[in-house]
Amino acid sequence: MALAQVKQDALTARLQGLSAPAKGWTAAARASASDRLAAQGLPTRRDEYWRYSDPAQLTKPEVSGAATDLAPSFAALDAVKLVFTDGVFDASASDDPALAGVELLSLAGQADIHWAQGLYGQLETRGSSPVERPLAALNTAYATEGVLIRVTGQAAKPVSLIYTQKSASSDVILHHVVKLEEGAEITLLESGTPGARFNTVLEVDVASNARFHHIRTQGPDADRRGVTHIFAHIADNALFKSFTLTAGGRLTRNEAILEITGDDSVAHVAGTVLGDGKDFLQDDTIFITHASERCESRQVFRKVLKNGATGVFQGKILVKQGAQKTDGYQMSQSLLLDEDAQFLAKPELEIYADDVKCSHGSTSGAIDETALFYLQSRGVPKRTAQALLVLAFLAGTLEEIEDEAIAAEVHARLEDWLHGLDG
Amino acid sequence: MLEIKNLHVKLEEEDKVILKGVDLKIGPGEVHAIMGPNGSGKSTLSYVLAGRDGYEVTDGSATLDDEELLEMEPEERAAAGLFLAFQYPVEIPGVGNMTFLRTAVNAQRKARGEEELSAGDFLKVVREKAKTLKIDADMLKRPVNVGFSGGEKKRNEILQMAMLEPKMCILDETDSGLDVDAMKLVAEGVNALRSAGRSFLVITHYQRLLDHIKPDVVHIMSNGRIIKTGGPDLALEVENNGYADLLDGVQ
Ligand SMILES: Nc1ncnc2c1ncn2[C@@H]1O[C@H](COP(=O)(O)OP(=O)(O)OP(=O)(O)O)[C@@H](O)[C@H]1O
Ligand SMILES: [Mg+2]
Repeated sequence: MALAQVKQDALTARLQGLSAPAKGWTAAARASASDRLAAQGLPTRRDEYWRYSDPAQLTKPEVSGAATDLAPSFAALDAVKLVFTDGVFDASASDDPALAGVELLSLAGQADIHWAQGLYGQLETRGSSPVERPLAALNTAYATEGVLIRVTGQAAKPVSLIYTQKSASSDVILHHVVKLEEGAEITLLESGTPGARFNTVLEVDVASNARFHHIRTQGPDADRRGVTHIFAHIADNALFKSFTLTAGGRLTRNEAILEITGDDSVAHVAGTVLGDGKDFLQDDTIFITHASERCESRQVFRKVLKNGATGVFQGKILVKQGAQKTDGYQMSQSLLLDEDAQFLAKPELEIYADDVKCSHGSTSGAIDETALFYLQSRGVPKRTAQALLVLAFLAGTLEEIEDEAIAAEVHARLEDWLHGLDG
Repeated sequence: MLEIKNLHVKLEEEDKVILKGVDLKIGPGEVHAIMGPNGSGKSTLSYVLAGRDGYEVTDGSATLDDEELLEMEPEERAAAGLFLAFQYPVEIPGVGNMTFLRTAVNAQRKARGEEELSAGDFLKVVREKAKTLKIDADMLKRPVNVGFSGGEKKRNEILQMAMLEPKMCILDETDSGLDVDAMKLVAEGVNALRSAGRSFLVITHYQRLLDHIKPDVVHIMSNGRIIKTGGPDLALEVENNGYADLLDGVQ
């Protein structure tokens, strides 16, 4: 059977379980996404960016999984909490969606939302070229739940999206849109597992002088199967920072597609990953486009892998013609705690401007035996010493989180989850 | 205190024999010095005693207060009271010096069935000891040995020793890389710890350190063996004449 046919058949089977959402202000975006999806089919391992991660668990029609009961990550922080249970907004479990300088709406509301109309599916569309991202197109076409956030000023506190899962077979699609107007600033938190299987898209439009902070925790559930996409458009003098802590799960693919079109902006994507067991696969696939001058981008990932766990990093920096003085950097590092664990990295630079500074590096290594011995020689038991060194390695990326209280919270989760990894 | 008998050590990965029958006995409260040409096996001896991987003991024994050291994990040896100040202290990025010290102190206390030090008590003690070694607060906050100068690293070793209060201290070239004033500081730090129940094995190339830390016994090591043992005068002899005469005497 020809490859295209395989992809089409997979798509047909997958769509059978999904019902088309009601027509509304998103109708045009959904129709366009459906068309793109129909032309692309679903991904297979033959696709260039799916060689390391088998998408089958994300694309097959039936969902298998387990219900989870995770302690929420950011519970102690003062934030507007919005709860989604099995992918459905749960107003009774959520805070009153009122925050000065911020408009918070539900995608399920279906009213005509003018400002979101120009964004829903639009950033996803832009980010799906030159690399096709059919799972994101599927999301745009079929998502009925999500939040729409418009930020006009300085948000007084973060918005925290909390995912809880009750059903062992929920197949969740969530689509969030965030629009930061000029000079606005907000922090968006995400934690928990949306469903037995999930597909989330986050579209973020960052206007001039605006600042967007995103901090997410995934885990430490063992059965998680999910794909996430962040599509961001970044104007001038703006800041975009996204950090993800991942522990556990079977297949977690986090994609971030950032396009910087304004001068003097900053875009960082970072992640810390704890992987244990041969069923564990976590994949960061990043594409950052520099289309303007004097911008800085960073991709910083650290993964600790043991017992046959697999970590994947596919990171690309594209510097377009005229994007002079670009400062792009990517570094993916892994700590392999045994010989069965593996880290697969595919760093890419594509540069069409002549006055740029771009670098990438990828390292993969075992725990530093000399440091381990030094700690032990001071009386620190081997396991404690190992945990200390692993924590030191992973915590390096937490510098990417600007807010100290949030960084401390993530650090606490990291320590907890490492403890779980140890047992 | 420490008793080493007929210790033979080879490299695990290669057929290279480094220690060829070392005998050494250090009584409680004694200070012994080991001198000897480069590559004679001094650091190897200290590593083997501390329990570093990569060496194979083919014969002999080493006991600390009659407990066999060579069968213990490195952390057990530390808890039993052994301390090695490294010739090349290790940098550990991401682990704060303070965290490191507190983890070490409390791990040893726990292993000995003692109560752990509270954060407040620990801080008080460490600040006081750091001050006498002229280690400033900034160095305590930084990751272990990262960006420390050679001399700062050595002073940090002595601080660890002062915090851990071991009974058998091995100092491997703690004087190398120290300026004159720092050497005095370190020697004072060591002397302050001298007591009837605590012994020292000081590995050095220079008589100068031994002016400050007066040894009871001096050993000369060459080619994996102790070839001569004497009083403090032996160190002066080496300082003045080098090793040639001593080595000739053996062959
Ligand atoms: N891991 C190793 N691999 C290879 N050779 C080694 C190893 N460890 C020690 N050696 C060798 O063993 C010998 C003794 O080394 P050691 O470091 O113990 O000497 P030392 O007496 O401390 O010398 P120095 O005065 O220069 O510090 C040297 O020839 C050294 O090269
Ligand atoms: Mg040496």
